[in-house]
Amino acid sequence: MTESKRIILSLTGFVSLIAVWQTISSLGIFPQGLLPSPIAVSAAVYELWVRGVLFGHISDSLYRFFAGYALAVMLGVPFGLLTGWSRRFYALFEPLLQILRPISPIAWLPLAILWFGIGNRPTIFIIFLAAFFPVTLSAISAVKNVDPLLLRVARNFGANSKQMLIKIVAPAAFPFLAAGLHMAVGTAWVFLVAGEMVGVRSGLGFLIIDGRNQVRYDLVMASMVIIGLLGLAIDRLMRLLETFILARFGVRRA
Amino acid sequence: MADNKPRITINVCSVGKQWNSKVKSDENKALGDFATLEEINLEIYEGEFLCLLGPSGCGKTTLLNIMAGFERPSSGSVFIDGVEVNEPHPKRITIFQEYALLPWRSVLGNVEFGLEMAHMPKKERQAKARELLDWVGLADVESKMPKELSGGMRQRVAVARSLAVDPDILFMDEPFGALDALTRIRMEEELAGIWLKKKKTIVFVTHDIDESVYLADRIVVLSALPGRIREIIRIDAGRPRDRTSFEFIKLRERVYEALSLGYKKTVEYYL
Repeated sequence: MTESKRIILSLTGFVSLIAVWQTISSLGIFPQGLLPSPIAVSAAVYELWVRGVLFGHISDSLYRFFAGYALAVMLGVPFGLLTGWSRRFYALFEPLLQILRPISPIAWLPLAILWFGIGNRPTIFIIFLAAFFPVTLSAISAVKNVDPLLLRVARNFGANSKQMLIKIVAPAAFPFLAAGLHMAVGTAWVFLVAGEMVGVRSGLGFLIIDGRNQVRYDLVMASMVIIGLLGLAIDRLMRLLETFILARFGVRRA
Repeated sequence: MADNKPRITINVCSVGKQWNSKVKSDENKALGDFATLEEINLEIYEGEFLCLLGPSGCGKTTLLNIMAGFERPSSGSVFIDGVEVNEPHPKRITIFQEYALLPWRSVLGNVEFGLEMAHMPKKERQAKARELLDWVGLADVESKMPKELSGGMRQRVAVARSLAVDPDILFMDEPFGALDALTRIRMEEELAGIWLKKKKTIVFVTHDIDESVYLADRIVVLSALPGRIREIIRIDAGRPRDRTSFEFIKLRERVYEALSLGYKKTVEYYL
């Protein structure tokens, strides 16, 4: 498929969705207030922009998101690499991770507010939790996927365990890890809304709750659309990064 | 063997290897190598070029891995210079068929690797790595990444990486098995040249008869299931060897016979 054909197809899907949405909304099956049309939603986005709050909400959300995600990467990657590498660490931490992982980050919300009060920190904590488990687990399996032949070579040249971890395991795990980081960014973004539902007075998640309280479903949907589009942008950015990493660290064995 | 009284460097003493699910590590499973060995006794001389030849499943790679210290024998021991082998050592470097270069490092970075592990300062090890790259004819590709190189060039990088740490022994596990026939012949010639100059002990695993006759001082012919030494053939031809000479062809025939692949000269009809 050529590049232009691909873009046309992608746009066709996008335009069709809006067309179907507009049609259903125009048919008047639902009251206008309950299913705002794309035009009404665009107007709401415009209204937010004119009121000068649009970018404030977006930047607050992005700040919380990247703070939580960066924290998860900074802690999860080294922790996951160590846990994947050391049998002792693995025996100690792997069961704990599997116990904590199935607990939805949202379940932590009451405790997060209790611990961190109101403001950015509970939200950052929720996003941190949402990203930490996928990041850590993908780091663990990245280590388990390191080519055993490369480990043999390193042993042969007398690498000690520190050299082994830094010079072989970490770089060899990198491509696999990059895929995990990419996946985690999407998962964490999903929890942005939940993380901003309590304790904050700004952000895209807050905008949804605020819209509902004002019975302004056009604002609710406007926020949803922005969250979706930003999610797409973040995903593409990560994909670019991943492609770059794969090109640099790419092939398993050479 | 140049000396009159060659010194034994590797001593394989009644080595056996059996596999059950308990001794197979994840690494074994990933690398897929579990041939059995039985009662292997072998003395390898210092500076010798020894080939382990046999069909697949005869345990030649397993035997090599035991000598290199990657694998423990189920019975018996291997001694190198009088010391029992328990683990790999930088004085004994293994070269693999799959090159096993680090894909995230440049050619120069790969050759530096062993020296880096030995904590040699950066300037010194770069100089040493460049010297060896020059030696294997790759001086002009030092900043390329391994995936940009052909198979033959990759294996040259692996050879340079191994020689950089100045090992006493090179273990080579079908190092040219993934190369095309012509590249392979050229690599064999280069290796024979390197061996003549560097005077390393080389233990070379192959299932290619021509390769073994071209390279070896002695060929250890193994039989499969279980892996045993069937015969040890001394190759007394001079070097460099001419693959098309009558002498070479006679030696080849001898190895074919040892592998029971020779042309059957038995009389089938009595007229």
